[in-house]
Amino acid sequence: MMSPKDPHPMLIAPLLEHTAPEPTESSAPKSSVVLSTRMRFARNLARFPFPGWAKEPQRRDVFAACVSAIAGSKEMKKGISGEMSDVTELEKQILFERHLISRDLMGMKTGSGFVISRDQACAVMINEEDHLRIQVIKPGFNFRRVWTAINSIDTQLEDSLDFAFSPTLGYLTACPTNVGTGMRASAMMHLPALVIAGQMDKVVRAVNQLGIAVRGLFGEGSDATGSIFQISNQTTLGESEEEILKRLTAVLNTVIEQESNMREHLLEKEPAKIFDKIGRAYGILRGAYVLSSSEAMNTLSLVRLGVDMQMLPPELRPAVDRLFMECQPGHIQYAAKRSIESGERDILRAALLRSEFEKVAPPAFTTHHDHPNEPS
Amino acid sequence: MGNSLKCDLCGKPATVHLTQIVNNQIHKLDLCEECAAAKGVTDPTGFSLADLLVKTAGPATPDPSATQLVCEHCGFSQADFKKLGRLGCPACYERFRPILEPVLANMHKGVTHVGKVPARSIERRSIQEKISRLEEQLQAAIKAERYEDAAHLRDELASTRATFEIRSRAAATS
Repeated sequence: MMSPKDPHPMLIAPLLEHTAPEPTESSAPKSSVVLSTRMRFARNLARFPFPGWAKEPQRRDVFAACVSAIAGSKEMKKGISGEMSDVTELEKQILFERHLISRDLMGMKTGSGFVISRDQACAVMINEEDHLRIQVIKPGFNFRRVWTAINSIDTQLEDSLDFAFSPTLGYLTACPTNVGTGMRASAMMHLPALVIAGQMDKVVRAVNQLGIAVRGLFGEGSDATGSIFQISNQTTLGESEEEILKRLTAVLNTVIEQESNMREHLLEKEPAKIFDKIGRAYGILRGAYVLSSSEAMNTLSLVRLGVDMQMLPPELRPAVDRLFMECQPGHIQYAAKRSIESGERDILRAALLRSEFEKVAPPAFTTHHDHPNEPS
Repeated sequence: MGNSLKCDLCGKPATVHLTQIVNNQIHKLDLCEECAAAKGVTDPTGFSLADLLVKTAGPATPDPSATQLVCEHCGFSQADFKKLGRLGCPACYERFRPILEPVLANMHKGVTHVGKVPARSIERRSIQEKISRLEEQLQAAIKAERYEDAAHLRDELASTRATFEIRSRAAATS
């Protein structure tokens, strides 16, 4: 993990200073459940071994070729690029917390790295498991927009890079689980009602049977802190991108419906329990002096549910979504602008949240709410 | 957590808890202090849980066919694939086709790609191949003093190169 002696990050500063436009669809009903939509393409260069089997000089050649190709694409103007050997531990941690690089890439060194657009909608990892992992992420539930963007970047890269492709097997990837389209599409879902009702296991089992995977906030092996789940396609061969997206969208719509129904149900059957959870979460965020990142995530999650249930003002939702990220250890460390220990981090996290919630009026406990299912 | 867990090797209360994800499978191991020290588990990042699991579960039986196939492009072997769950290079897909086919059929919705095709990349590669083929033919024609053929080939080469340049320039400005 990160060392408190890290110098203050310089490379990624432009990203942190960039104020992303607030997600415009955040008020749409589906966005109350879907935080963001993401797609990634796995691509490799023909004639080079995959990164895990390549020798260091080959990895360097691939890195150089990819960086210059990616930096030339119009989406990446004014973006940043870095090689893992030149990036501090704290910078890696922050990029990971923003879902811009993977845990695996964090452990890699020379010849592995990334290119990230200034608005962070597009991030490409180089020499992770594959030569290229191209990612586009956008707020809300919108596969069409994400597809248009990632398809355009991919096609531009084709102009200068020869991708490993077989007419029968499609895009060739280091792991056979990604061969074919090389596409993984996912939605980051906020499912607090299903978690409170103890229904998530059932949902995960049902969804898995349809060839769709469910993971925690930080992907493989992470837990479901903040009731946030990543739901994605598992298979990549034998179906077109369009068919995969259609199938995934149908499953996601069902999960959204289940979550919405469960929210209705909980409000109707156990309003006191729900009011109490949301009220206590608000109280903790306003008054706590020491907050671990998981407690912060879980209380923010309940406050977000309170917004969706119209107990708290809608303007709070984008702020909560931003705080999900700013509460992560790397972000707290960065904001401190000096070395801090983990105990102090929990105190600074609580201070950040107290100041954010200072002006937020207490939740209005009422059972009169609009049906979240109804189109607005 | 951990107070009720027993050492997987000797049954004493476990104090060392390890989790590793290998090929998407979560492996967990709980060890007492002595067993952890005996197995050399002092730095959890520096050893492979797979080795420990294999030792705990008895030695894995080596598959006699495991070393048969080797990719001539990158030297990757069938045994490497078994161990890593990943392939060495794009050419491995052709080389290991017999063992990959059932794996892919099991893993995916089908065994044939039906999605996006890198059309520009494929077209560029086929033009490049045509250019090098024409260059070879041209050299052969000159050597054999077939000057009429050589003249035709030179013209065709020039027009193919021009097409390639136009495509590349169009790509660079699009």
